[in-house]
Amino acid sequence: MSHFRPELRQRAEETVALYPERRSAMLPLLHLAQEQDGYLTDEGMIEVAELTGTTPAEVRGTAAFYDMFHLEPVGKYVVGVCTNIACLLAGGEELLAHASETLGCAVGATSADGLFTLEETECLADCNIAPCVQVNHRFVRTTTPDALDALVADLRDGKREDEIPPHGTLIRVKRSGGLRVSRQQIADERTRERAAREERTAKEGQ
Amino acid sequence: MAVLDAPKIVSLRAEFSDSHTLTRYLATGGYEGLRKALSMTPEAVAAEVDAASLLGRGGAGFPAGRKWSMLRKAPTSYLVINGDESEPATFKDHYLVERDPHQLVEGVTIAAYALQVNQAFIYLRGEFALGLERVQQALNEAYEHGALGQNIFGSNFSLDIVVHPGAGAYICGEETSLIEALEGKRGFPRIKPPFFPAAIGLYGEPTVVNNVETMSNLPWIVTHGGAAFAALGVGRSTGTRLFALSGRVNNPGMFELEMVKNTFRDLIFDPALGGGIPGDRKLKAFIPGGVSAPWFGPDELDLALGQDEVAAKASMLGSGSVVVFDEDTCAVRAAWRITKFFSRESCGQCTPCREGSGWLERIMFRLEHGGGRREDLDLLLDLCDNIAPGLGWPPQQTTICVLGSSIPSSIHSALTMFRDEFLAHVTNDGCTHG
Ligand SMILES: Cc1cc2nc3c(=O)[nH]c(=O)nc-3n(C[C@H](O)[C@H](O)[C@H](O)COP(=O)(O)O)c2cc1C
Ligand code: SF4
Ligand code: FES
Repeated sequence: MSHFRPELRQRAEETVALYPERRSAMLPLLHLAQEQDGYLTDEGMIEVAELTGTTPAEVRGTAAFYDMFHLEPVGKYVVGVCTNIACLLAGGEELLAHASETLGCAVGATSADGLFTLEETECLADCNIAPCVQVNHRFVRTTTPDALDALVADLRDGKREDEIPPHGTLIRVKRSGGLRVSRQQIADERTRERAAREERTAKEGQ
Repeated sequence: MAVLDAPKIVSLRAEFSDSHTLTRYLATGGYEGLRKALSMTPEAVAAEVDAASLLGRGGAGFPAGRKWSMLRKAPTSYLVINGDESEPATFKDHYLVERDPHQLVEGVTIAAYALQVNQAFIYLRGEFALGLERVQQALNEAYEHGALGQNIFGSNFSLDIVVHPGAGAYICGEETSLIEALEGKRGFPRIKPPFFPAAIGLYGEPTVVNNVETMSNLPWIVTHGGAAFAALGVGRSTGTRLFALSGRVNNPGMFELEMVKNTFRDLIFDPALGGGIPGDRKLKAFIPGGVSAPWFGPDELDLALGQDEVAAKASMLGSGSVVVFDEDTCAVRAAWRITKFFSRESCGQCTPCREGSGWLERIMFRLEHGGGRREDLDLLLDLCDNIAPGLGWPPQQTTICVLGSSIPSSIHSALTMFRDEFLAHVTNDGCTHG
């Protein structure tokens, strides 16, 4: 029995097929596991291990390296406030402290209603609109306390669900179809290209 | 006066709100470079890129043509695009993947053709949710349009591109770490040599890794010719570059400028660019190329925005990101935050990097927040010297990758330029800027 719901299981299998080696699908599959459960559950990681031909321990050990993977439950909305250099100069630390008050949770913690988790992030590559704020890895560009409060009110009222899906859902655009070039074709083309190249080089040498 | 008459090469579509769609792309010259490339031999395409003298835009500035030529003997197996963009204050690839994904896809396809590779991966940092969606959408459209997949535009060249999401780790921008992540492992940089994945890369096979902006230049280079690209800029620094300006400026943003023709003063103060510092406050210092780079003071404002020009002054243009500190900026606080970043992002494999970054961060923290000691100034220098012996530029490396050797840059700069400020922090038992 698959732990992933059928649609995610199918996407996971299609993803594995895109790589020359199954293990390469590790990060994309861990994102799918978070889409399934909101964070990485044991069941989710066991399924990723099965799909990538690794062990649950290897999956957990890999996941723990990456900041975006959560091994404990998080809120429906993970709010990240950047305090790195450009954002620091624009009041990032102050905005982070304000967010903590508005959301009612400490940095790194989840609000009592389970709706929000607050994180202090490193640079998010949006430094000209500082301080930078993301919700579930979507840029929301609320650079002032007032704008942040308005956004939080909207999220509480369930108003921005189209734009900001629940935590874990990262890529909503599905790939249309699998690989178009087969391994055999790649091998054949490589042989052909090598011969053609040698021929051209030989001609140049004349 | 700033020189602003160069053509826009990679940010050509910035004015359009639908710049990410295939319709807009095709209406603005899209996929013409690829059609032209496919009518040439792969070697001829590579020769144009060589003639363009296109320097890698990911930070190290290695010529793309030269990197590719290492593979002429052993055919390349994989092409991997680096879109990890996590060097603090860098935000150009963010623009390129969200706003012009087809340009990236076309560039990658041209490079793949020149290298005769049939599978490419675009690695994007996981925090780019919209960028990941836009690139996937562009790939879907490109397949549909015949610009990707079997027999591209009726030629006998075929290619698949897969977009691969990262998951939050600065170190995965280092190319061997990125390859580990792409193999489904922790992002630990590999030991060098081999110095280039061109020798042993993805799955141990020859692999070319290039940055998103590097690739985004290719459609223009093929369409207009390498010579036209090389005619822009000066010397080795050719073409244009996306400069990311942030910090204490009136008009922070991304500006595409011809290489070398403008100075840091133009970028920061010209009304058409940075527009100067809020409240007409004085400039205290600036970082010329990402937080790994040593800082410059006002004396270097007239330095040209070129790779060799900045290197000659013992810093680097790096990722092309400039951060401005005004007179109200606390140098200790700025250097502390940058050090905290390195300490959080060290992958932990090498002792000088793992232990050194944490130790430095704790000292900088107490100087900034109270509890700093006079001896800390010497201790900081001593620790920095342990990580990058001699504290010269480019730094001596004691670690597997250059994240480690970049750690001392900000502290060493701040201490050299603003030693009095450090002493005042000791006397005041914490920050003097309130
Ligand atoms: C710690 C570290 C982080 C890096 N981060 C990036 C990055 O985010 N994006 C990038 O393109 N290159 C990054 N690089 C440089 C890459 O290792 C590599 O040189 C580059 O992707 C090659 O592409 P280019 O020649 O087109 O510039 C980083 C290097 C180091 C040491
Ligand atoms: S220098 Fe730092 S980041 Fe680089 S491999 Fe060593 S420990 Fe990891
Ligand atoms: S420093 Fe905050 S987004 Fe770059």
